[in-house]
Amino acid sequence: MAEALTLDAFARWLKQFAETVHDNVGLLTDLDSAIGDADHGTNMDRGFKAVVSVLDGNGFESPDALFKKVGMTLVSTVGGASGPLYGTFFLRFGSALQGVEAVGTQELGKALRAGVEGIVTRGKAELEDKTMYDAWAPALEAFDRAAPEGTAAALAAAATAAGEGRDATTDMLARKGRASYLGERSIGHQDPGATSATMLLESAAATLA
Amino acid sequence: MKKLINDPADVVKEALRGMEAAHPGHLRVDHDHAIIYRKDAPRQGKVALISGGGSGHEPLHGGFVGTGMLDAACAGEVFTSPVPDQMMEATKQVDGGAGVLHIVKNYTGDVMNFEMAAEMAAADSGIEVQSVVTDDDVAVQDSLYTAGRRGVGITVLLEKIVGAAAEEGRPLQEIADLATRINSQGRSMGMALTSCTVPSAGKATFDLADNEMEVGIGIHGEPGRKRLPLASAKDVASLLVDPVVADLPYGKGDSVIAFVNGMGGTPLIELYVMYNEVAQILEQAGITVARSLVGNYITSLDMAGCSVTLLKVDDELVGLWDAPVNTPGLRWGC
Repeated sequence: MAEALTLDAFARWLKQFAETVHDNVGLLTDLDSAIGDADHGTNMDRGFKAVVSVLDGNGFESPDALFKKVGMTLVSTVGGASGPLYGTFFLRFGSALQGVEAVGTQELGKALRAGVEGIVTRGKAELEDKTMYDAWAPALEAFDRAAPEGTAAALAAAATAAGEGRDATTDMLARKGRASYLGERSIGHQDPGATSATMLLESAAATLA
Repeated sequence: MKKLINDPADVVKEALRGMEAAHPGHLRVDHDHAIIYRKDAPRQGKVALISGGGSGHEPLHGGFVGTGMLDAACAGEVFTSPVPDQMMEATKQVDGGAGVLHIVKNYTGDVMNFEMAAEMAAADSGIEVQSVVTDDDVAVQDSLYTAGRRGVGITVLLEKIVGAAAEEGRPLQEIADLATRINSQGRSMGMALTSCTVPSAGKATFDLADNEMEVGIGIHGEPGRKRLPLASAKDVASLLVDPVVADLPYGKGDSVIAFVNGMGGTPLIELYVMYNEVAQILEQAGITVARSLVGNYITSLDMAGCSVTLLKVDDELVGLWDAPVNTPGLRWGC
């Protein structure tokens, strides 16, 4: 078993993701221009900049307090559909860590699953609707399969699986969100939400391992 | 990108400052929350109406705040839903003890953010909140397999008519039922001659050649259902009105409010050319135009194009339509 994850590690994860989002504002917005409303990159960038200043300006007593603050910050700053979805993810992720003394691989897996369940409840998405859930669902499975090998292996497997799920969204017909208005014309475009969700897991693999 | 702006990041903030400066007698603006209030809110005993959504659709919604329409409008970033904190704050500020109606356009982000606001308001303040979600766009297939129809032109007519009913002192449930009825009797369809440019993106959301038009567009620069060769106003009017009429359906003997809306980049003279065609199609179908509205009311930044909305009306709805309204965007009878 790897060592328990620290508050510093979680902060590094979120800061790494904020940086990745910032570096990819153009990509995320271009993907969203094709099938949505051209704001995913700028909204996520605004939200995670706010997260970084919250992390820098506050001390947190526990991971659940940190992630609940992160969730509320996202709900309050991102807007669009991404705000409630990412906000709900981190709120539920934090709730799952409440009272947990040491966050090991199992606890992290449970928190990820709780976060994704929150996304599904809020967004009512199903598999192959061409949403971020198409990256999350295979990632959770891969995480659990690799969990016996430890946090690093589980997160690496999850990030890889998320990337495959993200790539698979290209051929899907959108059935949720603004992309669903396009019908057949949504086919051939990679889903922006699945793209940012994959980046979140890649950042986790890079910082929490 | 050619726009009359300063920093693209400041567009919404500075536009709100401008609205406040231009209408000091009628509006006040909470700049921290990006909420536009009617100056005399809260009105004791009156059901309060709140709407909101992404910016870039002006005058919707902030331009419809005032006597006979909205009590508050929450402004999001351009084409981005406002956040729950804004709707919570507005709900608390405008409640005059008779409850609050949230008017939400059916977009995934708007619906989720208003839902979170309603959940938080229920837990937090005990103010009675009802919601109506508008979804009048016939360009979108309404099925379990899409996010449902988009809320477009009917939102303008609904805010006016329901605003008049609230001004009469009707109770919340009656106001909410009226709003639901108006949405169910309204249908819309839009088209674009050009895309639009989101200030922060700096380039057009999609490309349209000089000889093309996009039919079935929404109000966020999202591409429509199909791309066709550019056609005459007469043909475009049929492309828009026919599916609208067939969808409800509207028939011989029906009375309607006919609304030809500009998307922001089309001159009024072309909107009147369009209205002329729309009126002839309706006359041939035996549909009576009780009232009309022509102009830029629910826009998509600098997009050129238009939408047509029909609302089936009776004497009650026409009476409420004619009632005085005094907002930056709509004003008559006062």
